[in-house]
Amino acid sequence: MTDKFISIEGIAKRYPGAGAAMTTVFENLWLSMARGEFCCVIGHSGCGKTTVLNILAGLDAPSEGAVIVDGQAISGTSLDRAVIFQSHALLPWRTVLGNVAYAVSSKWRSWDRAKVKAHAQTFIDLVGLTGSEHKHPSELSGGMKQRVGIARALSITPKMMLMDEPFSALDALTRGTLQDEVRRICLETGQTAFMITHDVDEAIYLADKIFLMTNGPGAVLAEVVENPLPRDRGRTDLHRHPLYYALRNHIIDFLVTRSKTFAAETPDHDPRNVPMVHIGKPGLSIASDARPEPSRETSWPGLSRPSTSS
Amino acid sequence: MTTSLRLRAGLVSIVLLAAFLGIWHLATRSTAPVATMSPEYAKLMGLTATQGKSAMPGPLDVGAKLWEHLKRPFYDNGPNDKGLGIQLAYSIGRVGTGYLLAVIVAIPLGFLIGMSPLLSKALDPFIQVLKPISPLAWMPLALYTIKDSSISAVFVIFICSIWPMLLNTVFGVASVRKEWVNVARTLEVGTIRRAFTVILPAAAPTILTGMRISIGIAWLVIVAAEMLVGGTGIGYFVWNEWNNLSITNVIIAILLIGIVGMLLDQILARFTRMVTFPE
Repeated sequence: MTDKFISIEGIAKRYPGAGAAMTTVFENLWLSMARGEFCCVIGHSGCGKTTVLNILAGLDAPSEGAVIVDGQAISGTSLDRAVIFQSHALLPWRTVLGNVAYAVSSKWRSWDRAKVKAHAQTFIDLVGLTGSEHKHPSELSGGMKQRVGIARALSITPKMMLMDEPFSALDALTRGTLQDEVRRICLETGQTAFMITHDVDEAIYLADKIFLMTNGPGAVLAEVVENPLPRDRGRTDLHRHPLYYALRNHIIDFLVTRSKTFAAETPDHDPRNVPMVHIGKPGLSIASDARPEPSRETSWPGLSRPSTSS
Repeated sequence: MTTSLRLRAGLVSIVLLAAFLGIWHLATRSTAPVATMSPEYAKLMGLTATQGKSAMPGPLDVGAKLWEHLKRPFYDNGPNDKGLGIQLAYSIGRVGTGYLLAVIVAIPLGFLIGMSPLLSKALDPFIQVLKPISPLAWMPLALYTIKDSSISAVFVIFICSIWPMLLNTVFGVASVRKEWVNVARTLEVGTIRRAFTVILPAAAPTILTGMRISIGIAWLVIVAAEMLVGGTGIGYFVWNEWNNLSITNVIIAILLIGIVGMLLDQILARFTRMVTFPE
Protein backbone atom coordinates (compact mmCIF):
# COMPACT_ATOMS: atom_id res chain seq x y z
CA MET A 1 0.00 0.00 0.00
CA THR A 2 3.04 2.23 -0.01
CA ASP A 3 3.27 2.88 -3.73
CA LYS A 4 -0.09 4.11 -4.85
CA PHE A 5 0.33 4.16 -8.60
CA ILE A 6 -3.40 4.30 -9.07
CA SER A 7 -5.68 5.64 -6.42
CA ILE A 8 -9.42 5.82 -6.73
CA GLU A 9 -10.57 8.28 -4.09
CA GLY A 10 -14.17 8.29 -3.00
CA ILE A 11 -15.79 8.04 -6.40
CA ALA A 12 -19.54 7.72 -6.86
CA LYS A 13 -21.73 7.23 -9.88
CA ARG A 14 -25.38 8.27 -9.86
CA TYR A 15 -27.95 8.30 -12.62
CA PRO A 16 -31.24 10.17 -12.61
CA GLY A 17 -33.79 7.58 -11.61
CA ALA A 18 -37.57 7.67 -11.53
CA GLY A 19 -38.81 11.15 -10.66
CA ALA A 20 -36.37 13.36 -8.81
CA ALA A 21 -34.63 10.46 -7.09
CA MET A 22 -31.09 9.53 -8.13
CA THR A 23 -30.07 5.92 -8.53
CA THR A 24 -26.70 5.34 -6.95
CA VAL A 25 -24.74 2.59 -8.60
CA PHE A 26 -21.93 2.91 -6.07
CA GLU A 27 -20.59 5.63 -3.83
CA ASN A 28 -17.59 6.41 -1.68
CA LEU A 29 -15.46 3.84 -3.47
CA TRP A 30 -11.78 3.81 -2.58
CA LEU A 31 -9.14 1.53 -3.97
CA SER A 32 -5.51 1.67 -4.87
CA MET A 33 -3.08 -0.30 -6.94
CA ALA A 34 0.69 -0.43 -6.95
CA ARG A 35 2.83 -0.20 -10.06
CA GLY A 36 3.12 -3.50 -11.89
CA GLU A 37 0.23 -5.04 -10.04
CA PHE A 38 -2.41 -7.15 -11.75
CA CYS A 39 -5.82 -6.59 -10.16
CA CYS A 40 -9.10 -8.29 -10.96
CA VAL A 41 -12.54 -7.09 -9.99
CA ILE A 42 -15.21 -9.69 -9.34
CA GLY A 43 -18.85 -8.93 -8.71
CA HIS A 44 -22.26 -9.62 -10.07
CA SER A 45 -23.70 -7.76 -13.04
CA GLY A 46 -24.99 -4.34 -12.15
CA CYS A 47 -22.50 -3.63 -9.36
CA GLY A 48 -20.80 -0.97 -11.46
CA LYS A 49 -17.60 -2.79 -12.38
CA THR A 50 -17.69 -1.55 -15.94
CA THR A 51 -18.45 1.97 -14.74
CA VAL A 52 -15.37 1.89 -12.50
CA LEU A 53 -13.30 0.74 -15.46
CA ASN A 54 -14.76 3.41 -17.72
CA ILE A 55 -13.99 6.05 -15.11
CA LEU A 56 -10.42 4.75 -14.86
CA ALA A 57 -10.17 4.88 -18.64
CA GLY A 58 -11.59 8.39 -18.69
CA LEU A 59 -14.50 7.38 -20.90
CA ASP A 60 -16.92 8.18 -18.08
CA ALA A 61 -16.70 10.80 -15.37
CA PRO A 62 -17.49 10.05 -11.72
CA SER A 63 -20.36 11.97 -10.11
CA GLU A 64 -18.10 12.53 -7.09
CA GLY A 65 -14.51 11.85 -6.17
CA ALA A 66 -11.37 11.61 -8.21
CA VAL A 67 -8.98 9.13 -9.74
CA ILE A 68 -5.27 9.73 -9.34
CA VAL A 69 -2.85 7.99 -11.67
CA ASP A 70 0.87 8.42 -11.13
CA GLY A 71 0.35 11.42 -8.89
CA GLN A 72 -2.05 13.27 -11.15
CA ALA A 73 -5.83 13.44 -11.14
CA ILE A 74 -7.13 12.21 -14.47
CA SER A 75 -9.46 14.14 -16.68
CA GLY A 76 -10.61 12.30 -19.74
CA THR A 77 -8.93 9.58 -21.69
CA SER A 78 -5.21 9.17 -22.05
CA LEU A 79 -2.77 7.21 -24.17
CA ASP A 80 -1.22 6.11 -20.86
CA ARG A 81 -4.25 3.96 -20.14
CA ALA A 82 -5.05 1.43 -22.84
CA VAL A 83 -8.41 -0.32 -22.89
CA ILE A 84 -9.08 -3.83 -24.14
CA PHE A 85 -12.77 -3.94 -24.89
CA GLN A 86 -15.00 -6.93 -24.26
CA SER A 87 -16.28 -6.78 -27.83
CA HIS A 88 -12.70 -6.26 -29.16
CA ALA A 89 -13.98 -3.06 -30.90
CA LEU A 90 -11.80 -3.44 -33.96
CA LEU A 91 -12.49 -1.08 -36.84
CA PRO A 92 -13.92 -3.53 -39.41
CA TRP A 93 -12.85 -1.50 -42.45
CA ARG A 94 -9.19 -1.69 -41.42
CA THR A 95 -6.91 -4.70 -41.62
CA VAL A 96 -5.17 -6.17 -38.58
CA LEU A 97 -2.12 -4.07 -39.35
CA GLY A 98 -4.35 -1.05 -40.02
CA ASN A 99 -6.04 -1.37 -36.64
CA VAL A 100 -2.76 -1.58 -34.73
CA ALA A 101 -1.14 1.11 -36.89
CA TYR A 102 -4.08 3.41 -36.17
CA ALA A 103 -3.23 3.26 -32.47
CA VAL A 104 0.50 3.63 -33.11
CA SER A 105 0.07 6.67 -35.36
CA SER A 106 -2.31 8.19 -32.81
CA LYS A 107 0.38 8.07 -30.15
CA TRP A 108 3.33 9.07 -32.30
CA ARG A 109 1.88 11.56 -34.76
CA SER A 110 5.20 12.49 -36.33
CA TRP A 111 6.28 8.97 -37.22
CA ASP A 112 6.44 8.11 -40.89
CA ARG A 113 4.52 5.25 -42.42
CA ALA A 114 7.38 2.76 -42.36
CA LYS A 115 8.17 3.38 -38.69
CA VAL A 116 4.50 3.04 -37.69
CA LYS A 117 4.23 -0.17 -39.68
CA ALA A 118 7.38 -1.66 -38.16
CA HIS A 119 6.25 -0.79 -34.64
CA ALA A 120 2.78 -2.23 -35.23
CA GLN A 121 4.31 -5.37 -36.70
CA THR A 122 6.33 -5.94 -33.51
CA PHE A 123 3.16 -6.12 -31.47
CA ILE A 124 1.29 -8.23 -34.02
CA ASP A 125 4.19 -10.69 -33.78
CA LEU A 126 4.06 -10.49 -29.98
CA VAL A 127 0.47 -11.74 -29.86
CA GLY A 128 1.21 -14.43 -32.42
CA LEU A 129 -0.65 -13.05 -35.42
CA THR A 130 2.28 -12.99 -37.82
CA GLY A 131 0.96 -13.75 -41.29
CA SER A 132 -2.53 -12.33 -40.67
CA GLU A 133 -1.57 -8.66 -40.90
CA HIS A 134 -3.56 -8.00 -44.04
CA LYS A 135 -6.74 -9.78 -43.02
CA HIS A 136 -9.84 -7.86 -42.07
CA PRO A 137 -11.47 -8.48 -38.68
CA SER A 138 -14.38 -10.30 -40.36
CA GLU A 139 -11.92 -12.94 -41.55
CA LEU A 140 -10.61 -13.64 -38.03
CA SER A 141 -11.89 -15.93 -35.29
CA GLY A 142 -13.03 -14.46 -31.97
CA GLY A 143 -9.74 -15.31 -30.30
CA MET A 144 -7.69 -13.75 -33.09
CA LYS A 145 -9.79 -10.58 -32.96
CA GLN A 146 -9.12 -10.25 -29.25
CA ARG A 147 -5.42 -10.80 -29.90
CA VAL A 148 -5.54 -7.82 -32.25
CA GLY A 149 -7.28 -5.87 -29.47
CA ILE A 150 -4.45 -6.80 -27.10
CA ALA A 151 -1.80 -5.89 -29.69
CA ARG A 152 -3.50 -2.56 -30.25
CA ALA A 153 -3.58 -1.82 -26.52
CA LEU A 154 0.05 -2.85 -26.01
CA SER A 155 1.35 -1.06 -29.09
CA ILE A 156 0.94 2.35 -27.47
CA THR A 157 3.12 1.17 -24.55
CA PRO A 158 0.64 2.33 -21.92
CA LYS A 159 1.32 2.76 -18.22
CA MET A 160 -1.62 0.51 -17.47
CA MET A 161 -4.05 -1.77 -19.21
CA LEU A 162 -7.76 -1.80 -18.51
CA MET A 163 -9.63 -4.91 -19.52
CA ASP A 164 -13.39 -5.28 -19.44
CA GLU A 165 -14.10 -9.02 -19.46
CA PRO A 166 -11.77 -9.38 -22.43
CA PHE A 167 -12.14 -13.13 -22.76
CA SER A 168 -15.76 -13.69 -21.81
CA ALA A 169 -16.90 -14.11 -25.41
CA LEU A 170 -14.29 -16.76 -26.18
CA ASP A 171 -14.35 -20.54 -25.89
CA ALA A 172 -12.54 -22.11 -22.95
CA LEU A 173 -9.52 -23.29 -24.91
CA THR A 174 -8.88 -19.95 -26.61
CA ARG A 175 -9.50 -18.17 -23.33
CA GLY A 176 -6.82 -20.26 -21.63
CA THR A 177 -4.24 -19.49 -24.33
CA LEU A 178 -4.99 -15.80 -24.24
CA GLN A 179 -4.79 -15.72 -20.45
CA ASP A 180 -1.34 -17.25 -20.73
CA GLU A 181 -0.34 -14.63 -23.29
CA VAL A 182 -1.66 -11.73 -21.25
CA ARG A 183 0.07 -13.02 -18.13
CA ARG A 184 3.35 -13.51 -19.97
CA ILE A 185 3.17 -10.06 -21.56
CA CYS A 186 2.22 -8.32 -18.32
CA LEU A 187 5.06 -10.02 -16.42
CA GLU A 188 7.56 -9.26 -19.19
CA THR A 189 6.61 -5.62 -19.53
CA GLY A 190 5.80 -4.98 -15.87
CA GLN A 191 2.40 -3.75 -16.93
CA THR A 192 -0.09 -2.55 -14.35
CA ALA A 193 -3.41 -4.16 -15.21
CA PHE A 194 -6.98 -3.77 -14.06
CA MET A 195 -9.33 -6.47 -15.25
CA ILE A 196 -13.01 -7.12 -14.83
CA THR A 197 -13.97 -10.74 -14.91
CA HIS A 198 -16.74 -13.14 -14.04
CA ASP A 199 -14.41 -16.10 -14.10
CA VAL A 200 -13.06 -16.96 -10.65
CA ASP A 201 -10.30 -19.17 -12.05
CA GLU A 202 -9.23 -16.43 -14.42
CA ALA A 203 -8.90 -14.05 -11.48
CA ILE A 204 -6.91 -16.59 -9.45
CA TYR A 205 -4.58 -17.32 -12.33
CA LEU A 206 -3.94 -13.73 -13.36
CA ALA A 207 -4.42 -11.46 -10.37
CA ASP A 208 -2.14 -10.33 -7.60
CA LYS A 209 -5.08 -8.75 -5.85
CA ILE A 210 -8.76 -9.53 -6.26
CA PHE A 211 -11.34 -6.85 -5.50
CA LEU A 212 -14.71 -8.22 -4.42
CA MET A 213 -17.70 -5.98 -5.00
CA THR A 214 -21.15 -6.42 -3.49
CA ASN A 215 -24.36 -6.29 -5.47
CA GLY A 216 -25.67 -2.98 -6.74
CA PRO A 217 -27.34 -0.60 -6.53
CA GLY A 218 -25.35 0.93 -3.72
CA ALA A 219 -22.48 -1.49 -4.36
CA VAL A 220 -19.38 -1.29 -2.18
CA LEU A 221 -15.91 -2.74 -2.43
CA ALA A 222 -16.25 -5.40 0.28
CA GLU A 223 -12.73 -6.68 0.54
CA VAL A 224 -9.44 -7.03 -1.23
CA VAL A 225 -8.16 -10.58 -1.42
CA GLU A 226 -4.46 -11.02 -1.78
CA ASN A 227 -3.54 -13.89 -4.03
CA PRO A 228 -1.42 -16.29 -1.97
CA LEU A 229 -0.21 -18.24 -5.00
CA PRO A 230 3.39 -17.64 -6.05
CA ARG A 231 4.04 -15.16 -8.83
CA ASP A 232 5.51 -17.76 -11.11
CA ARG A 233 2.40 -19.93 -10.98
CA GLY A 234 1.61 -22.12 -13.96
CA ARG A 235 -1.80 -22.94 -15.37
CA THR A 236 -1.30 -26.70 -15.15
CA ASP A 237 -0.39 -27.00 -11.48
CA LEU A 238 -2.42 -24.07 -10.23
CA HIS A 239 -5.04 -26.26 -8.58
CA ARG A 240 -2.41 -28.28 -6.71
CA HIS A 241 -1.31 -25.35 -4.63
CA PRO A 242 -2.43 -25.86 -1.01
CA LEU A 243 -4.14 -22.50 -0.86
CA TYR A 244 -5.85 -22.70 -4.24
CA TYR A 245 -9.13 -24.15 -2.98
CA ALA A 246 -9.17 -21.94 0.06
CA LEU A 247 -8.93 -18.91 -2.19
CA ARG A 248 -11.41 -20.23 -4.69
CA ASN A 249 -13.96 -21.15 -2.03
CA HIS A 250 -13.60 -17.79 -0.38
CA ILE A 251 -14.41 -15.99 -3.64
CA ILE A 252 -17.26 -18.33 -4.52
CA ASP A 253 -18.77 -18.00 -1.05
CA PHE A 254 -18.64 -14.29 -1.50
CA LEU A 255 -20.33 -14.40 -4.89
CA VAL A 256 -22.98 -16.89 -3.82
CA THR A 257 -24.06 -15.46 -0.47
CA ARG A 258 -22.01 -12.67 1.01
CA SER A 259 -22.29 -10.32 -1.96
CA LYS A 260 -26.00 -10.05 -1.16
CA THR A 261 -25.82 -9.97 2.62
CA PHE A 262 -22.61 -8.01 3.07
CA ALA A 263 -24.20 -4.59 3.60
CA ALA A 264 -26.62 -5.91 6.24
CA GLU A 265 -23.99 -8.01 8.03
CA THR A 266 -21.32 -5.37 8.21
CA PRO A 267 -22.94 -2.03 9.04
CA ASP A 268 -19.60 -0.60 10.17
CA HIS A 269 -17.78 -1.31 6.89
CA ASP A 270 -15.33 1.48 6.26
CA PRO A 271 -15.02 2.04 2.50
CA ARG A 272 -11.75 3.94 2.98
CA ASN A 273 -10.08 1.04 4.79
CA VAL A 274 -11.33 -2.00 2.98
CA PRO A 275 -10.12 -5.13 4.80
CA MET A 276 -7.29 -6.95 3.10
CA VAL A 277 -7.84 -10.69 3.22
CA HIS A 278 -4.84 -13.01 3.34
CA ILE A 279 -5.99 -16.51 2.59
CA GLY A 280 -4.45 -19.19 4.75
CA LYS A 281 -3.14 -16.76 7.29
CA PRO A 282 -6.14 -16.52 9.59
CA GLY A 283 -4.44 -14.18 12.00
CA LEU A 284 -4.09 -11.54 9.33
CA SER A 285 -7.40 -12.16 7.68
CA ILE A 286 -9.08 -9.16 9.23
CA ALA A 287 -7.14 -5.99 9.03
CA SER A 288 -9.22 -4.23 11.67
CA ASP A 289 -12.19 -5.03 13.85
CA ALA A 290 -14.43 -4.53 10.87
CA ARG A 291 -16.30 -7.77 11.30
CA PRO A 292 -17.47 -9.32 14.55
CA GLU A 293 -17.07 -12.88 13.36
CA PRO A 294 -13.52 -13.46 12.20
CA SER A 295 -13.99 -17.21 12.58
CA ARG A 296 -15.30 -17.37 9.05
CA GLU A 297 -11.88 -17.44 7.55
CA THR A 298 -10.27 -19.76 10.03
CA SER A 299 -11.38 -23.20 8.95
CA TRP A 300 -10.92 -24.11 5.36
CA PRO A 301 -11.50 -27.56 3.99
CA GLY A 302 -8.76 -26.81 1.52
CA LEU A 303 -6.25 -26.36 4.27
CA SER A 304 -6.59 -29.90 5.50
CA ARG A 305 -5.69 -31.39 2.15
CA PRO A 306 -2.25 -32.89 1.96
CA SER A 307 0.00 -30.59 0.11
CA THR A 308 1.11 -32.02 -3.20
CA SER A 309 3.24 -29.21 -4.39
CA SER A 310 6.00 -27.41 -2.71
CA MET B 1 -26.38 -23.97 -59.33
CA THR B 2 -26.19 -20.17 -59.41
CA THR B 3 -25.23 -20.08 -63.08
CA SER B 4 -28.14 -22.31 -63.97
CA LEU B 5 -30.45 -20.08 -61.92
CA ARG B 6 -29.17 -17.01 -63.72
CA LEU B 7 -29.56 -18.77 -67.05
CA ARG B 8 -33.14 -19.77 -66.28
CA ALA B 9 -34.00 -16.29 -64.99
CA GLY B 10 -32.54 -14.80 -68.17
CA LEU B 11 -34.62 -17.15 -70.28
CA VAL B 12 -37.79 -16.23 -68.38
CA SER B 13 -36.94 -12.53 -68.86
CA ILE B 14 -36.57 -13.01 -72.61
CA VAL B 15 -39.84 -14.99 -72.79
CA LEU B 16 -41.67 -12.27 -70.85
CA LEU B 17 -40.25 -9.55 -73.12
CA ALA B 18 -41.22 -11.50 -76.22
CA ALA B 19 -44.74 -12.08 -74.86
CA PHE B 20 -45.10 -8.38 -74.02
CA LEU B 21 -43.91 -7.28 -77.48
CA GLY B 22 -46.15 -9.89 -79.12
CA ILE B 23 -49.27 -8.76 -77.26
CA TRP B 24 -48.36 -5.13 -77.94
CA HIS B 25 -47.94 -5.91 -81.65
CA LEU B 26 -51.24 -7.79 -81.85
CA ALA B 27 -53.13 -5.10 -79.94
CA THR B 28 -51.98 -2.28 -82.24
CA ARG B 29 -52.53 -4.13 -85.54
CA SER B 30 -54.81 -2.64 -88.21
CA THR B 31 -58.09 -4.28 -87.31
CA ALA B 32 -60.78 -1.61 -87.51
CA PRO B 33 -62.96 -1.59 -90.63
CA VAL B 34 -61.68 0.52 -93.48
CA ALA B 35 -64.10 3.24 -94.42
CA THR B 36 -64.54 4.15 -98.06
CA MET B 37 -64.09 7.86 -98.59
CA SER B 38 -62.88 10.34 -101.15
CA PRO B 39 -59.08 10.54 -101.52
CA GLU B 40 -58.99 14.18 -100.33
CA TYR B 41 -60.87 13.31 -97.17
CA ALA B 42 -58.69 10.24 -96.61
CA LYS B 43 -55.58 12.44 -96.78
CA LEU B 44 -57.00 14.61 -94.01
CA MET B 45 -58.00 11.66 -91.83
CA GLY B 46 -54.70 9.82 -91.90
CA LEU B 47 -53.99 6.11 -91.57
CA THR B 48 -56.21 5.61 -88.53
CA ALA B 49 -59.35 6.09 -90.59
CA THR B 50 -58.25 4.89 -94.01
CA GLN B 51 -56.48 1.64 -93.07
CA GLY B 52 -58.04 0.97 -89.68
CA LYS B 53 -54.63 1.47 -88.00
CA SER B 54 -54.53 1.95 -84.25
CA ALA B 55 -53.44 5.41 -83.08
CA MET B 56 -51.07 3.62 -80.70
CA PRO B 57 -47.75 2.76 -82.42
CA GLY B 58 -46.75 -0.88 -82.46
CA PRO B 59 -43.35 -2.19 -81.32
CA LEU B 60 -42.08 -2.21 -84.89
CA ASP B 61 -42.87 1.50 -85.35
CA VAL B 62 -41.17 2.30 -82.07
CA GLY B 63 -38.17 0.14 -82.98
CA ALA B 64 -37.78 1.81 -86.35
CA LYS B 65 -38.03 5.28 -84.85
CA LEU B 66 -35.61 4.38 -82.04
CA TRP B 67 -33.09 3.20 -84.62
CA GLU B 68 -33.48 6.53 -86.40
CA HIS B 69 -32.78 8.38 -83.14
CA LEU B 70 -29.81 6.20 -82.27
CA LYS B 71 -28.25 6.79 -85.69
CA ARG B 72 -28.05 10.54 -85.10
CA PRO B 73 -28.43 11.32 -81.39
CA PHE B 74 -26.80 14.76 -81.45
CA TYR B 75 -28.43 16.64 -84.35
CA ASP B 76 -29.70 20.13 -83.68
CA ASN B 77 -32.35 21.56 -86.00
CA GLY B 78 -33.38 24.45 -83.80
CA PRO B 79 -35.08 24.80 -80.42
CA ASN B 80 -37.86 22.26 -81.02
CA ASP B 81 -35.93 19.58 -82.87
CA LYS B 82 -32.83 18.34 -81.13
CA GLY B 83 -31.38 14.84 -80.99
CA LEU B 84 -32.21 12.64 -78.00
CA GLY B 85 -28.57 12.56 -76.97
CA ILE B 86 -28.58 16.35 -76.58
CA GLN B 87 -31.83 16.30 -74.63
CA LEU B 88 -30.56 13.57 -72.27
CA ALA B 89 -27.28 15.43 -71.85
CA TYR B 90 -29.15 18.55 -70.75
CA SER B 91 -31.18 16.54 -68.22
CA ILE B 92 -28.16 14.65 -66.88
CA GLY B 93 -26.27 17.93 -66.64
CA ARG B 94 -29.02 19.54 -64.55
CA VAL B 95 -29.37 16.49 -62.34
CA GLY B 96 -25.61 16.29 -61.93
CA THR B 97 -25.24 19.94 -60.97
CA GLY B 98 -28.18 20.01 -58.53
CA TYR B 99 -27.16 16.68 -57.06
CA LEU B 100 -23.52 17.66 -56.53
CA LEU B 101 -24.57 20.90 -54.86
CA ALA B 102 -26.83 18.86 -52.58
CA VAL B 103 -23.93 16.49 -51.75
CA ILE B 104 -21.71 19.46 -50.89
CA VAL B 105 -24.34 20.86 -48.53
CA ALA B 106 -25.98 17.73 -47.13
CA ILE B 107 -22.98 15.65 -46.09
CA PRO B 108 -21.06 18.25 -44.04
CA LEU B 109 -24.33 19.54 -42.57
CA GLY B 110 -25.46 16.00 -41.79
CA PHE B 111 -22.12 15.39 -40.08
CA LEU B 112 -22.58 18.44 -37.88
CA ILE B 113 -26.15 17.57 -36.99
CA GLY B 114 -25.28 13.93 -36.37
CA MET B 115 -22.38 14.79 -34.06
CA SER B 116 -24.25 17.46 -32.12
CA PRO B 117 -27.38 16.45 -30.21
CA LEU B 118 -28.19 20.17 -29.75
CA LEU B 119 -28.20 20.95 -33.48
CA SER B 120 -30.02 17.72 -34.15
CA LYS B 121 -32.88 18.69 -31.85
CA ALA B 122 -32.89 22.35 -32.94
CA LEU B 123 -32.99 21.65 -36.67
CA ASP B 124 -35.36 18.70 -36.50
CA PRO B 125 -38.63 20.74 -36.83
CA PHE B 126 -37.32 22.56 -39.92
CA ILE B 127 -36.23 19.35 -41.58
CA GLN B 128 -39.52 17.65 -40.73
CA VAL B 129 -41.49 20.49 -42.37
CA LEU B 130 -39.23 20.98 -45.38
CA LYS B 131 -38.79 17.30 -46.21
CA PRO B 132 -42.37 16.45 -47.32
CA ILE B 133 -42.71 19.48 -49.63
CA SER B 134 -42.99 18.38 -53.24
CA PRO B 135 -39.91 19.78 -54.98
CA LEU B 136 -42.07 21.20 -57.78
CA ALA B 137 -43.86 23.41 -55.26
CA TRP B 138 -40.59 25.36 -55.00
CA MET B 139 -40.64 26.07 -58.73
CA PRO B 140 -42.61 29.37 -58.74
CA LEU B 141 -40.51 30.69 -55.87
CA ALA B 142 -37.35 29.63 -57.67
CA LEU B 143 -38.46 31.21 -60.95
CA TYR B 144 -39.37 34.43 -59.17
CA THR B 145 -36.13 34.73 -57.20
CA ILE B 146 -33.61 33.21 -59.64
CA LYS B 147 -35.30 34.54 -62.82
CA ASP B 148 -33.73 31.79 -64.91
CA SER B 149 -35.70 28.69 -65.82
CA SER B 150 -32.69 26.43 -66.28
CA ILE B 151 -31.13 27.35 -62.92
CA SER B 152 -34.55 26.98 -61.32
CA ALA B 153 -34.67 23.38 -62.53
CA VAL B 154 -31.23 22.82 -60.99
CA PHE B 155 -32.50 24.33 -57.75
CA VAL B 156 -35.47 21.96 -57.75
CA ILE B 157 -33.10 19.01 -58.16
CA PHE B 158 -30.95 20.37 -55.35
CA ILE B 159 -33.88 20.74 -52.97
CA CYS B 160 -35.32 17.30 -53.71
CA SER B 161 -32.04 15.38 -53.42
CA ILE B 162 -30.81 17.07 -50.26
CA TRP B 163 -33.25 15.44 -47.79
CA PRO B 164 -32.52 11.72 -48.16
CA MET B 165 -28.78 12.46 -48.07
CA LEU B 166 -29.07 14.77 -45.09
CA LEU B 167 -31.24 12.42 -43.05
CA ASN B 168 -29.15 9.36 -43.87
CA THR B 169 -25.93 11.20 -43.02
CA VAL B 170 -27.40 12.34 -39.70
CA PHE B 171 -28.58 8.82 -38.93
CA GLY B 172 -25.34 7.20 -40.05
CA VAL B 173 -23.18 9.60 -38.04
CA ALA B 174 -25.36 9.46 -34.94
CA SER B 175 -25.50 5.67 -34.89
CA VAL B 176 -21.80 4.92 -35.23
CA ARG B 177 -21.06 2.13 -32.76
CA LYS B 178 -20.09 3.66 -29.42
CA GLU B 179 -17.19 1.25 -28.97
CA TRP B 180 -15.53 2.54 -32.17
CA VAL B 181 -15.84 6.10 -30.92
CA ASN B 182 -14.47 4.94 -27.55
CA VAL B 183 -11.46 3.40 -29.29
CA ALA B 184 -10.72 6.78 -30.85
CA ARG B 185 -11.28 8.50 -27.50
CA THR B 186 -8.90 6.22 -25.60
CA LEU B 187 -6.31 6.88 -28.30
CA GLU B 188 -6.76 10.64 -27.79
CA VAL B 189 -7.72 11.13 -31.43
CA GLY B 190 -8.85 14.70 -32.07
CA THR B 191 -12.36 15.55 -33.27
CA ILE B 192 -11.38 16.23 -36.88
CA ARG B 193 -9.24 13.12 -37.22
CA ARG B 194 -11.94 11.09 -35.46
CA ALA B 195 -14.54 12.35 -37.94
CA PHE B 196 -12.44 11.24 -40.90
CA THR B 197 -10.93 8.02 -39.56
CA VAL B 198 -13.78 6.54 -37.55
CA ILE B 199 -17.11 8.24 -38.16
CA LEU B 200 -16.86 8.73 -41.92
CA PRO B 201 -15.89 5.13 -42.75
CA ALA B 202 -18.41 3.78 -40.26
CA ALA B 203 -21.25 5.95 -41.60
CA ALA B 204 -20.24 5.70 -45.27
CA PRO B 205 -22.58 2.82 -46.19
CA THR B 206 -25.57 4.67 -44.71
CA ILE B 207 -24.55 7.93 -46.39
CA LEU B 208 -24.15 6.21 -49.76
CA THR B 209 -27.59 4.62 -49.35
CA GLY B 210 -29.01 8.13 -48.89
CA MET B 211 -27.13 9.30 -51.97
CA ARG B 212 -28.56 6.41 -53.95
CA ILE B 213 -32.13 7.28 -52.89
CA SER B 214 -31.43 10.91 -53.79
CA ILE B 215 -30.20 10.24 -57.32
CA GLY B 216 -33.35 8.19 -57.94
CA ILE B 217 -35.61 10.99 -56.73
CA ALA B 218 -33.62 13.61 -58.68
CA TRP B 219 -34.07 11.66 -61.89
CA LEU B 220 -37.81 11.30 -61.19
CA VAL B 221 -38.17 15.01 -60.57
CA ILE B 222 -36.11 16.31 -63.53
CA VAL B 223 -38.69 15.04 -66.05
CA ALA B 224 -41.52 16.91 -64.33
CA ALA B 225 -39.37 20.00 -63.78
CA GLU B 226 -38.35 20.18 -67.44
CA MET B 227 -41.96 19.79 -68.54
CA LEU B 228 -42.64 22.95 -66.53
CA VAL B 229 -39.60 25.05 -67.44
CA GLY B 230 -39.39 23.92 -71.06
CA GLY B 231 -36.64 24.64 -73.54
CA THR B 232 -34.38 21.61 -73.32
CA GLY B 233 -34.10 18.27 -71.61
CA ILE B 234 -35.76 14.90 -71.82
CA GLY B 235 -38.80 16.10 -69.82
CA TYR B 236 -39.34 18.93 -72.31
CA PHE B 237 -38.89 16.44 -75.14
CA VAL B 238 -41.71 14.25 -73.76
CA TRP B 239 -44.07 17.20 -73.49
CA ASN B 240 -43.07 18.58 -76.88
CA GLU B 241 -43.69 15.23 -78.56
CA TRP B 242 -47.05 14.98 -76.81
CA ASN B 243 -47.91 18.35 -78.34
CA ASN B 244 -46.75 16.94 -81.68
CA LEU B 245 -48.98 13.90 -81.01
CA SER B 246 -45.98 11.66 -81.61
CA ILE B 247 -46.76 8.79 -79.25
CA THR B 248 -43.81 6.87 -80.74
CA ASN B 249 -41.34 9.48 -79.53
CA VAL B 250 -43.05 9.62 -76.14
CA ILE B 251 -42.62 5.87 -75.74
CA ILE B 252 -38.97 6.08 -76.81
CA ALA B 253 -38.40 8.86 -74.28
CA ILE B 254 -40.04 6.79 -71.52
CA LEU B 255 -37.75 3.87 -72.35
CA LEU B 256 -34.65 6.06 -72.30
CA ILE B 257 -35.63 7.72 -69.02
CA GLY B 258 -35.90 4.27 -67.48
CA ILE B 259 -32.53 3.14 -68.81
CA VAL B 260 -30.69 6.28 -67.71
CA GLY B 261 -32.31 6.08 -64.26
CA MET B 262 -31.18 2.48 -63.95
CA LEU B 263 -27.62 3.39 -64.93
CA LEU B 264 -27.47 6.21 -62.37
CA ASP B 265 -28.72 3.83 -59.68
CA GLN B 266 -26.17 1.18 -60.66
CA ILE B 267 -23.32 3.68 -60.44
CA LEU B 268 -24.33 4.62 -56.88
CA ALA B 269 -24.85 0.94 -56.02
CA ARG B 270 -21.26 0.28 -57.09
CA PHE B 271 -19.99 3.11 -54.88
CA THR B 272 -22.02 1.74 -51.98
CA ARG B 273 -20.41 -1.67 -52.40
CA MET B 274 -16.98 -0.04 -52.39
CA VAL B 275 -17.45 1.50 -48.93
CA THR B 276 -19.40 -1.34 -47.34
CA PHE B 277 -17.36 -3.38 -44.87
CA PRO B 278 -18.21 -6.85 -43.59
CA GLU B 279 -18.50 -7.12 -39.82
